Amino acid sequence: MQVLSSKPAFPSAILALVFLGLGLAGGTGNAQGLGAHRAYAAPVRGYPAGGLQGKIHYCEDCHGPSGQGYRGYLPIPRLAGQTPQYLENELQDFVEGRRAHHSINLSEVHHLNPQTQTALASYFNTLNPKPIGGAPRRLVAMGKTIYEAGLPDANVPACSVCHGPSAGGHGPIPRLAGQLYPYLLMELEHWDRERSEAGLGTPAVMRRVAHSLSNSQIEAVAAYLSYLE
Amino acid sequence: MAITPRHLRLALPAAVVAIVFATAGRAADADKGAAFSQQQLQAKIQYCSSCHQPSGQGYLGATPIPRLAGQQPQYIKNQLHAFIDRRRVNFYMFKVAHSLNPAMLTAIADHFHALNPPPLGSGPPNLVGAGKKIFEHGVPDAKVPPCSTCHGSEAKGKGPFPRLAGQLYPYIVKTLTNWDKERGQGGTANPDTSAIMKPIAHGLTESQIKAVAAYLSTLG
Amino acid sequence: MKRLKLTLAVVALISGSVPALAGGPRLVYAEKFADRNCAWCHGPSLQGFFKAPRLAGQTSRYLENQLLNFRSHARNDPLAKQYMWGAAANHLSLQTVRSLSVYLSRLNPKSADDGQQVLAARGRAIYRGGIPEANIPACVACHGPDAQGAAAQGAGQIPRLGGLSYYYLKRRLEQWGEGYNATASRPMPDIASKLSVNEIDALASYLSFVR
Repeated sequence: MQVLSSKPAFPSAILALVFLGLGLAGGTGNAQGLGAHRAYAAPVRGYPAGGLQGKIHYCEDCHGPSGQGYRGYLPIPRLAGQTPQYLENELQDFVEGRRAHHSINLSEVHHLNPQTQTALASYFNTLNPKPIGGAPRRLVAMGKTIYEAGLPDANVPACSVCHGPSAGGHGPIPRLAGQLYPYLLMELEHWDRERSEAGLGTPAVMRRVAHSLSNSQIEAVAAYLSYLE
Repeated sequence: MAITPRHLRLALPAAVVAIVFATAGRAADADKGAAFSQQQLQAKIQYCSSCHQPSGQGYLGATPIPRLAGQQPQYIKNQLHAFIDRRRVNFYMFKVAHSLNPAMLTAIADHFHALNPPPLGSGPPNLVGAGKKIFEHGVPDAKVPPCSTCHGSEAKGKGPFPRLAGQLYPYIVKTLTNWDKERGQGGTANPDTSAIMKPIAHGLTESQIKAVAAYLSTLG
Repeated sequence: MKRLKLTLAVVALISGSVPALAGGPRLVYAEKFADRNCAWCHGPSLQGFFKAPRLAGQTSRYLENQLLNFRSHARNDPLAKQYMWGAAANHLSLQTVRSLSVYLSRLNPKSADDGQQVLAARGRAIYRGGIPEANIPACVACHGPDAQGAAAQGAGQIPRLGGLSYYYLKRRLEQWGEGYNATASRPMPDIASKLSVNEIDALASYLSFVR
C-alpha cells in the first residue's frame, strides 16, 4: 500500500473509511461460497462450460469470435475457413513441441483428445466471418503480384500454386485468405523461430520462401492476404 | 560520298542476307545464353523443386503440379519454350520460364530426367484395368491410336514424346480434358508439336480419360 | 494562510513527484488534470489506492476505453457506478480522455506486491498455461509474458496486469462472474466467470507481484 505522506490527511482518511465501509458491506460478492468451481456448476450467461461447445468457446476466447483471429499480446491467427488437415497438423505440432512461440509455451493450451481435435477442425472450417483487416492498403497491389506470380528472378515460387488462386488452401496447405496481417508478418519474418523443420504443417519450401522474401515484400503479401475473403 | 542507285542495288540483298543470318543466329542462341555458375543453376533447380518437389514427383497442390522426374529432356525444353512463346498458356509457367537463363535449360532438364522416385499414385485403382487396355490398344472406334505407339510400351516417352509413367492422375485428367485451353495457343501462324494430340484428346470420352490417367499414375 | 501554505507545499510535492513530460500543452494539461481530479482516489503518482486501481503505466487505449465505458455505463460494477460514472460523464471531453490516457500510460508503474505469496506459484501456472480441462485459456496469450498488456496498434485495449493490486484484480475477476461489465470486454466475461475463487486468488496474487 502507498504511503500517504504527500497528501492532505483529512480527505484521504474519509475515502479510506468509505472504501472500508463498502468492502465490509459488499463482501467479496462471491455468492457461491469458497471452493466452488463455476465451470462445473450451472452454465453462466448461456455459455456451456463442457463438451464440444465449451471447447469451441475456449478456442474462441483467444482466436476471436467465430475464429476470426485476435490481436492479443501475440497476434492470434484466424481459424475460420481453415483446412481441417492443416488445423490438425498444427495442433499436433504444438502439442509435440515442434511449434512454439519463443517466450510462451502453447503446448498445453492446444492439447486436445483426437476426436475433439477433428470435431473442432471441421467446425472452424465451416466458419466465414469477414477478415479483421487493418493492414496498410497501399501495399495490397504489390502483395497481389507477389502472391500470384512469385518472384521468378529471386527464385520465389508463386504462393498461389500451392495455396490456391484465392488463397483458400488445399489439404495440408493452409488457407491464407483473411489471415491476420500481424500474424502473417510474424510467421514469415520469424519462420525459424516459429516453426521447426520437422513440423507436420511445415514443408521445407516455406523456409526457403520466408528467407527469400524481403521485409517489405512480406508486408505486401501479408497486407494483400489479410483483406481476401 | 553520295549514295548512288548502284549502292542501293547492293544494299537490299545485303540487308536480306544480314537478316537471315541474324535470325539463324538467334535460333541457335536459343540454347545459348549467359554463362552461369553452379550455384545459380542449383538455385534455379531448387526453385523448380519448390513446386515440382525435390524428388520431381509432382505435387497435389491447389492445382496439380506435374511430375518432372524421369521426363524426356527434349520434352521439358520444348514445353519451356512453348511457355515463353505462349504457344502453351500457363500463367505461372510463363513467368517461371522467362526467368530461366536459356543456357541452363539442358542442365535443368537433365537434372529432372535423372530422378526416379516412385509414382505419387493418385488415381482410383478400380479404373486401372480399363486404362491399361486403352493405353495398349487405343480406341479404334474413335480413331484413337494406342498411346504406347508414341509414348512407349512402358509410357516412358522418347525424344519429344513425353514420359507419362507416374504422372499425376488429376494432372493428366485436366490436361486431356482441357487440351485446347492450354496447348496450341499459337494459332495456325505458330503451330505446335502439341497439335498431334488434339484429335486424340477430343476423341476420348471423360471416363476413358479418367481410366487411362488412373493407369498411368500407377506406372513406375 | 497556514492552510494555503500547506496546500501549496503539497501541490509542489505532487508535481515534483510526477516526472515532467515533454509532451506539449495537452499532456501538461493532462498532468495537472490527473493531479487535481484522479490522484485523490488513485493515489499519489496514480499508483493506486485500495480498490482504486493503479493507472500509471496502463496501456493508453485501455484507459481510453474504460473512461468511455464509464460514460456509456457499459462498465457497470458497483464501484464504477459509484465513483466513475459521474467523473467520466461530467468532467471529460474526448480530447481530455485521450490526453489523460496517453499521459497515464507513460508514467512508471510500481508493483503493489500485496497478494498472498504462497499462492503466487499457482497463479503463475494458471497465467501461463490456463486450465485446459476447464476451458480456461492462458492469460499470457493476450496479456503477454510479463503481464504487460498489448500496446501495439489494434491491440492496445488489452490491459497491463502486472503489479496491479491483488484486491483490485480479485474484484474485477469476480465481477464478471457476477454478471457485471458483460458487454465491453470480450472475452473476459466468458473466461473469468469460469474461474473458481481459489483460482482468482492465485491469479490476483501472482499478478500483484509482477514487475
